[in-house]
Amino acid sequence: MRSPLELVVARPGPAFTVTFDDREITVLPGQTIAAALWAAGITSWRTTRGSGEPRGVFCGIGVCFDCLVTVNGRANQRACLVRAEAGDVIRTQEGTGHRGQRQQHG
Amino acid sequence: MAEGSPPHVAVVGAGPAGLAAALAAAARGVRVSLIDSAGEAGGQFYRQPAAALGARRPQVLHHQWRTWERLRVGLAAHVAEGRVTHLTDHHVWFVEGQSDGFTVHALLGPEQERPVAVGADAVLLATGGYEKVLPFPGWTLPGVVTAGGAQAMLKGGLVLPGRTVVVAGTGPLLMPVAAGLAAAGAEVAALVEAADPRTLARHARALAVHPAKLAEGARYAAELARRRVRVHVRHTVVAAHGSERVEAVTVAALDGNGRVRPGSERRIACDTLAVGHGMLPHTDLAEALGCRLDGTGVAVDEEQRTDVPGVWAAGETTGIGGAVLSLAEGRIAGLSIAARLNSRTPDARSYEAAAKARRALREFFAVLDTVYAPPAHWTEQVADDTVVCRCEEVPASAIRQAAGELGAGDVRTVKLLTRAGMGWCQGRMCGPAVAGLAGCEFQPSRRPFARPVPLGVLARAGDTDSADETNDMDDTDHQ
Repeated sequence: MRSPLELVVARPGPAFTVTFDDREITVLPGQTIAAALWAAGITSWRTTRGSGEPRGVFCGIGVCFDCLVTVNGRANQRACLVRAEAGDVIRTQEGTGHRGQRQQHG
Repeated sequence: MAEGSPPHVAVVGAGPAGLAAALAAAARGVRVSLIDSAGEAGGQFYRQPAAALGARRPQVLHHQWRTWERLRVGLAAHVAEGRVTHLTDHHVWFVEGQSDGFTVHALLGPEQERPVAVGADAVLLATGGYEKVLPFPGWTLPGVVTAGGAQAMLKGGLVLPGRTVVVAGTGPLLMPVAAGLAAAGAEVAALVEAADPRTLARHARALAVHPAKLAEGARYAAELARRRVRVHVRHTVVAAHGSERVEAVTVAALDGNGRVRPGSERRIACDTLAVGHGMLPHTDLAEALGCRLDGTGVAVDEEQRTDVPGVWAAGETTGIGGAVLSLAEGRIAGLSIAARLNSRTPDARSYEAAAKARRALREFFAVLDTVYAPPAHWTEQVADDTVVCRCEEVPASAIRQAAGELGAGDVRTVKLLTRAGMGWCQGRMCGPAVAGLAGCEFQPSRRPFARPVPLGVLARAGDTDSADETNDMDDTDHQ
């Protein structure tokens, strides 16, 4: 099947890995966290603080804040804006993400 | 402005309008700071894959590539000569008017916590627009994305949201999105357009002056036909289904009054729904400066000047009209800025061609606006338990109650009664929906800042030491 990378004849730099909820995923350099998660087939990385509903990318351009995620212990990062870096520890953000942060910081 | 130094304009936004303005002004002796949140110039229309992705043929995801090359080459030349400073990854949250100019406040880098302040004699707001989506049951499911968002992720990250996509809603953006996703390997199960583009024929006169635009539409239609994409006009998405992500959508035909035809519902299996109902201008910075709006866009005069002295606006922020109109407006603004900052009146002949294009394109998009309207009775498809405000999880029932029992007559009162619009996105996503459900007029809500700002940054923003012109506060301590 044709892919976007084939369509634009991409020759990306060396891939690297990050973890998402302790699962290792491969990322191409330059991709945002949202793009990396989509490429890995993951579309949900947040649960709402009210009813715990799953959410992921919605607007894709930094306006809607639906794609918030916890990156290296920092909650509320917009996955569609933040570039993935080698070794990033990405976690599903539950609610406001503060509970996760407290756990991470002791 | 310092004695002897060239005048300095801060251009906010490096899309077509901002680029055209920056090039026109820089070529006429103005020093330009081009400030943009992305890592590369281009805006949403010319969004580029990250350089590290090594795309050798990025142009296949684009139209009007030659125009982009001209802009890119021009920008690089001005940057090399020191006339334009391109500040990437700068997220502007506020433009402060002062007695002798302006300070543009931005947050730097992916975490958006490091403050930067840029001083300038004048400001051009070329902040673009964003997509409007009206709610329906299931629209909060992962896998439901805005049509423009799916396109942005494809152009910038070279990724697809899923394998089988339904593209739905209304507006001229849907065709290029569907064609782009299909070209990149997605199976586009259907393109669902609420309007009937055949009614365009009724506006033949306004359209006839735009053979290029019509040809563009015809090209997309042919491309979709070649890829065997089913196009359903006068249809709408009634619901998206799934638990953890979208698994199917229900679409239905619309009758002549814009109501769903009973019994016409049909289910289409898919793992992605790309949906959009038109676009809205970004006006936050303009509103905070006190610029008057005209409808939902920033009001401008013939020279693209707002009613606040020293502030120009161009492109989608003045009203949605596409990249070609943005280029024309940006060029006019750049010429006007170059003249006005040197205490001259711009020669109208210098922008005659751009002004002619602007007039015709505005007329053209006014026609598109009347043709591509959301279904007249879209609110009837919004169930009481449908979440309308995605951030605060406010259901339609709460908004109906606020407008009904509680008597709220405007979006602001609904917000105070229900919290719809108080969350992270500050009502950008739910504003039009809340207005529609409450039966009141949609007006852009005034927001003091264009994006979230850490309190520490706010506390120090009034510090006189840090507001000097072009003062980069990077090296200061920011805990």
